[in-house]
Amino acid sequence: MLAQPFMQHAFLGGTAVALAAGLVGYFLVLRAQVFTADALSHVAFTGALAALAAGLDARLGLFAITVLVALGMGTLGRQARPDDVVIGGVFAWVLGLGVFFLRLYTSTRSGTGNGSAGVSVLFGSILGLSASRALTTALIALLVCAVLVVIARPLLFASVDENVAAARGVPVRLLGFGFLALVGTTAAEATQVVGALLILGLLAAPAGAASRLTTRPLPALGLSAAIAVASVWLGLTASYLVAVPPSFAILAVATLCYLGTVAVQRLRRGSAVQPV
Amino acid sequence: MTGTFTWNLLADIRDMWAYDAMVNAFRAGTIVAVLAALVGWFMVLRRQSFAGHTLALVGFPGAAGAVWLGLSVTLGYFTFCLAAALVIAALRTGGRRGYSEESAVIGTVQAFALATGMLFVSLYKGFLNGTTELLFGAFTGITADQVTVLAGVAVVVLAVLAVIGRPLLFASVDTDVARAHGVPSRVLDTVFLLLLGAAAAEASQITGALLVFALLVLPPATAQLVTARPGRSLAVSVGLAVLVVWVALFVGYYSPYPIGFWVTTTAFGAYALTSVLTGRTRSIPRRAAA
Repeated sequence: MLAQPFMQHAFLGGTAVALAAGLVGYFLVLRAQVFTADALSHVAFTGALAALAAGLDARLGLFAITVLVALGMGTLGRQARPDDVVIGGVFAWVLGLGVFFLRLYTSTRSGTGNGSAGVSVLFGSILGLSASRALTTALIALLVCAVLVVIARPLLFASVDENVAAARGVPVRLLGFGFLALVGTTAAEATQVVGALLILGLLAAPAGAASRLTTRPLPALGLSAAIAVASVWLGLTASYLVAVPPSFAILAVATLCYLGTVAVQRLRRGSAVQPV
Repeated sequence: MTGTFTWNLLADIRDMWAYDAMVNAFRAGTIVAVLAALVGWFMVLRRQSFAGHTLALVGFPGAAGAVWLGLSVTLGYFTFCLAAALVIAALRTGGRRGYSEESAVIGTVQAFALATGMLFVSLYKGFLNGTTELLFGAFTGITADQVTVLAGVAVVVLAVLAVIGRPLLFASVDTDVARAHGVPSRVLDTVFLLLLGAAAAEASQITGALLVFALLVLPPATAQLVTARPGRSLAVSVGLAVLVVWVALFVGYYSPYPIGFWVTTTAFGAYALTSVLTGRTRSIPRRAAA
């Protein structure tokens, strides 16, 4: 399997993105900002299509628009934590714009088999990654991981207890914005791998599973990244063996992991409650 | 779409309504708008926008699966949305860390549902245009039968909502005090999620799974900015939603761009304008319970 160049690229890009998604996802779950990530992933869809409609490289639109909207949503919320109505409102409209660009794109630049552009942006095309794109994706993802590791401690403090952290001189607001920018970058990146609609699974499921298994932050962070990477590997292998779409296989593995931890937790709790 | 626009609006409307498809679209749109505005009002109050969005998206695999198996799309929407509502209700843990846990559950359900939808699409080959329609809506394909189903479900949902309305309002505004007064907030939670699922399934058929949100969130959010009194606020929400759908259908008929774009743009425009005029983004405070 690994002899195929397209599988090598998929593994390279996929692993890096999963690593970043696992780490960022853990903080998202901790900060209860999963909805923000969801909104940003949809923004990525609009960004990519807007760039395509304007005849630019899709990745440019992706990164620029996603990060800009991430920061914009930060300004609307208290301590750079957007309110759910604001998020919902903004992203309903952004999606509407996405449809508009999709129509614009398919009607002006059609004829070269572009009808599926929208679908591939929405659901990803991990097997279509070229060598150079896989490399760029991996580099950006590693950069995101590095930044996150550097700010991990203060960010953790600010996420767990915002007020105390602010009192201790942690720049809570700045961290909030920085984190949103990281989420935006991750969302934009992962769009190329699993698609705008499915990033959320890589962000939420491994992190949710990890935070159910342990309450200690650092092991949970590692666990979350590990589950995300494992999901991508197993998913890619499964899709290679049993012709199912890779995005589906990856998400299915991640979801199974999450369900597994729910079961484990119920069992543990059950045995703990029993009278001795 | 097809018509040519003149400034004689009455003639335009008569021209538009000459098509059965457009008449059905207006009927269905109105039903959906009323339902979404009322259920959405409670959703915004309860800060369950994320759950609402997820339930709406779950409609996509439902519809795609139904197309793949050759069943009715409407059936697919309702089955999946209601099932997802039960799953979310069963998996949520409650307690102090409730919100954080809940968002992970919802996120996982949503992503998995979409991935399943994609699997169905790939199993049913040659369905690419259909995919876009399921996701972003197609208001012209609505049949008279579908309108009947929509109306029937809407009546049931609204009846349930009318019965549980008062305790639900109480539980939504202050969960702890309501529970102390003997309001069964856990049962209400589940029932409300089911109602939300039904409303999302209805709206999906007009706006597509991705854009339901425009109708579920924006009109109620705007209404809650205008007034904090529940009765009036609900009325404003319904009025606004119906207006948004009508304007969008009208403009959508005369322009080459998709209806989903017009629905979201009109609704968001109204929200943004109100928010600027009143200078805030949310007016009804909720005492922190989670």
